[in-house]
Amino acid sequence: MEFLEIFLNENFWQAAIRIATPLIFGTLGALICERAGVLNLGIEGIFTAGAMSGWMAVWLGAGLAGGLLTAMIVGAILGLLHGILTVPLGLSQHVSGIGVTMLATSLAYFTYRTTLPDVTSPPRIEAFQPLDIPVLSDLPFLGPALFQHTFMTYLAFFLVFVVAWVLKSTPLGLAIRAVGDNPSSVDSQGMSVYALRIGAIMAGSSLMALGGAFLTMAAFDAFFFGMVNGRGWICIALTVFASWKPRKALLGALLFGAFEAYQVRLQTEVGSFVPGEVFLMAPYILSIVALIIVARSADYPRALLVPWFKGER
Amino acid sequence: MAAAKSRPAKNGDSKPVILELDKISKRFGPVIANEDVSLTLRRGDVVALLGENGAGKTTLMNVLFGHYVCEEGEVRVASENGKMVQLTPGSPQASIDAGIGMVHQHFTLAENLTGFENIILGVEPLFGLANKRREARKKIEDLMESSGLGVDLDIRVSSLTVGEKQRVEILKALFGDTRVLVLDEPTAVLTPQESEGLFETVAKLAAGGLAVIFISHKLHEVLAASHRIVVLRGGKFVGELITADSDKRRIAELMVGHEVPGSKRERIGAGDIVLKFNRANVDGIDDRRSLHDADFEVREKEIVGIAGVTGNGQAALAALISGLVEPDSGTVEFQGKTVTKFTPKIFMNSGIGRIPEDRHHDGVVGSMNVSENLAIENLDDDRFSNNGMLRFAGFRKYAENVIDAYDVRCSGPDAEARLLSGGNMQKLILARVLDTEPKLILANQPTRGLDVGALTEVHKRLLAARERGAGVVLISEDLDELFALADRVVVIHSGNLEDAGEIENLDRASVGLMMAGHSTEAQAS
Repeated sequence: MEFLEIFLNENFWQAAIRIATPLIFGTLGALICERAGVLNLGIEGIFTAGAMSGWMAVWLGAGLAGGLLTAMIVGAILGLLHGILTVPLGLSQHVSGIGVTMLATSLAYFTYRTTLPDVTSPPRIEAFQPLDIPVLSDLPFLGPALFQHTFMTYLAFFLVFVVAWVLKSTPLGLAIRAVGDNPSSVDSQGMSVYALRIGAIMAGSSLMALGGAFLTMAAFDAFFFGMVNGRGWICIALTVFASWKPRKALLGALLFGAFEAYQVRLQTEVGSFVPGEVFLMAPYILSIVALIIVARSADYPRALLVPWFKGER
Repeated sequence: MAAAKSRPAKNGDSKPVILELDKISKRFGPVIANEDVSLTLRRGDVVALLGENGAGKTTLMNVLFGHYVCEEGEVRVASENGKMVQLTPGSPQASIDAGIGMVHQHFTLAENLTGFENIILGVEPLFGLANKRREARKKIEDLMESSGLGVDLDIRVSSLTVGEKQRVEILKALFGDTRVLVLDEPTAVLTPQESEGLFETVAKLAAGGLAVIFISHKLHEVLAASHRIVVLRGGKFVGELITADSDKRRIAELMVGHEVPGSKRERIGAGDIVLKFNRANVDGIDDRRSLHDADFEVREKEIVGIAGVTGNGQAALAALISGLVEPDSGTVEFQGKTVTKFTPKIFMNSGIGRIPEDRHHDGVVGSMNVSENLAIENLDDDRFSNNGMLRFAGFRKYAENVIDAYDVRCSGPDAEARLLSGGNMQKLILARVLDTEPKLILANQPTRGLDVGALTEVHKRLLAARERGAGVVLISEDLDELFALADRVVVIHSGNLEDAGEIENLDRASVGLMMAGHSTEAQAS
C-alpha cells in the first residue's frame, strides 16, 4: 500500500503546508474583498505583481522586510485601481478584475524584462530561510512537518486568526460584513460605502500580493514567467469553499495543498502506468467536487457583485 | 377603526419646536419633486405626511436626512440652548448627530448580522475595539423596555419576521438619542395587528417627548395614529389638518385633488368552476414558499381574494396557477380537465392571464420598448409575426391602440418600458393580459405602490373582466382592496389556505386575525 504510506512521510506534510501558504494569503485577501461585496478577479495579476515587485525590491537591496512592504504597496495600488473602477464607477466586477489581472501581469513582466534585459537565468536573492525554533523544530515527524517553515508561513497562519477576529469582533469588521450584505445599512448610519469597500479591496489586494511574494521570497528565490500558474483562481474557488470564513479558508488551503503534494508523490509511485496529466488534474477535480458539495449551502454576501450608488434607493 | 383607542391626545402648540423644514424645493432635472414645502415639528408631535405615490413624501424626508441636497429652503433643528440652527445639507451624519432617526421603507439592515450588531453598526469608532458593547446593550434593553419593542437581539436578522425586522430598524433609529423619528410607509409590510402594535409604540414614544413623522398613503392609519396631517400633492404642500377635526373623505380629496369614486361592485352570480386544486402540495424551501394540501376553486364571474401577509405561500400559489411549478402531490383542474403539463406557455395559451407581483422584474423587460413588451407574450399571433418573422408595424399599431385605450402615459410605442412609472407599467401589463380575454386572471398584488388614479383604473378593469365572465384570483395584502373587489376571501398563512367565506359575512378584524395565523375555530373558542 505505497500510496497510503505517503501520509506517514513528514516531507509530504511539510510540502502540503508550503503549497498552502500562498493560497492562505490569497484566499484571505479574496475573502475580505468579497465580504465587502466586491469580487476581485485581479487576484491572479496581483499575485504576479506581488511576486515580481517583492523579489525585485530584495534584489535591489531593500531587504526582506522591504520586499514584503513593496509587494503590499503594489497590491494595494492595484486594489485601488480595481476599487475605483468597480465601486464609485460601478463597472462590471468581472471585467474590471480580468483587466487588472492582465494589466498587472503584463506590467510585472514588462518591468522585469526592461530592468533585466540580458539575463538568461533568473538572478537569485537571499530568500526567507526556515526558522529554527528551539525544541519544536527538532521534534521527530512534527518538527519537519510543522516547525521548519519560513516566517511567511507562520505569518499566514497568524493572519487567519487576525482576519477572523477583525471580521467577527471589531467595529471595522462589522462594517465590512454589513457593506457586503446591504450597503444601505452602512450608508444610513452615516458611514461611507465607497471608502469601506475601496479600503477592504486595498487591504485584501495587499494580502494577495503577499501570496505572490511568498513564491519568489520563500518558496523559490527567483522570479519566473508564469510562476503564479492559476494559484489566484484557486483562491477565488477556495473563498466559496470557505463560505467566506477565514478559518475554513485555512482548512481549504491546507486540503488543496495536501492534494497537490499527494499527487506529486503519487506520480513517482504509480506514474509508470498512469499518465502524469491525470495527477495534475486531481487537485482541481477535487476542488470542483468539494465546491459542489459545499457551495450549495454557501452563505453568499448578498450584495456581492451588486454596485451601489449614493442617493439611489 | 380598531386602532382609534390608541390615538394620542391632541397636542397643544406650547411645546418647544425641534425641527423646521422651511420652503424646501428639490428638482431632479426638469421634474419637481418638492416645491415650497414647509413643516414644523414640536416635541411629542405625531405628524403624518400624506400623499399619493410621487407626491414627494420620500424626497422630502431624504432632504431632511441629508441624502439629497435641496435647491432652495433649509432645514433647521433646535440646538441645545433651544435656538434653531441650520442643518448641514447633504450630510446624513449631521442629521444623525442632530437626533434625526429614519426608518426607511426598504429596510436598511444587514441580514448577515444580528439585530444587536445592526443597531451598534456605525456607533462605535470604526478603527477602535468593541469595548462599549455592554453599555450599548444595556441602553438597547432600556429602549426596548420603554418603547415596548421586543425582539431577539442575538439571532441573525435574516431569520426574523418582517415585523421583527422593523422593530430592529426602529430601535436602530432610536438608539442615537433620537429626537425626531421618521417612519417611511411603516405599515406596508405588516399585518393589521402588527400595524396596530406599531401605532401603540408610536403613541408611547410620542408621549415620552419624541417627535414622529410618518409617511403613508393609507388614510385609515393616518387618521388612527397622527395628531396632524400634512398633505402633499405633486410635490407641493396642499394642506395641513388637525387629525381630530378631519374625516377620511375630506383628506382623500385633498390628497388626490378630486372626488374619489369608490369602487362599485354588484354581486353577479358566479358560473362554472374554472380552476380547482385538489389537495395540491408544493414543497418549497420553507413554509413561506410552500403550499400544503390546498383545496381551492375559482368560478367564472368571481373574484377570489387571497388575503395574507407577504411571504406566507403566495409565491407558491401564484407559481402553481401560472404553471411555473408542478404540484408535488395533488391535482390541478382547469375548466374541468386535470392539468398534466405545467409550463407557463401552455397555461397562457389555455387561457390563464397573469399580472405578476414584481412588475419591474417579471412584468416587463425594462430595456425593451412598450410595443415589444406588449407583443412579447403573444408573438405567435398573426398581428405580431408572419412565418416566423416579426412584424414591427403590427407591434406599433397595437401599441398605439393600447396607449390610447388604457391611457398609458409615455412618449410613444418606442419608449423604453423601464422609464414608465409604476402605474403606467401596470396598465401596459393589464392591457397585455386582458386583451387575450383570459378565462382566469391571476392578479398578484396588482396595485402595490400605485397611486389612487392608477389603482382605480386597475380595479375597474378587473371588475370588467369579471363581468365578462373571467374568474379572477386576486392576491393582495391590502384589505381595502380585497373588500372593494373580492366576492370571496381565502386567507393564506404559512402555506395553508383557509376559506374565510363570502365577503358580505366578513369584517376586517376577523380576516386580520386569520392572516396572523389565528384560525376561525380558534377565534370561536
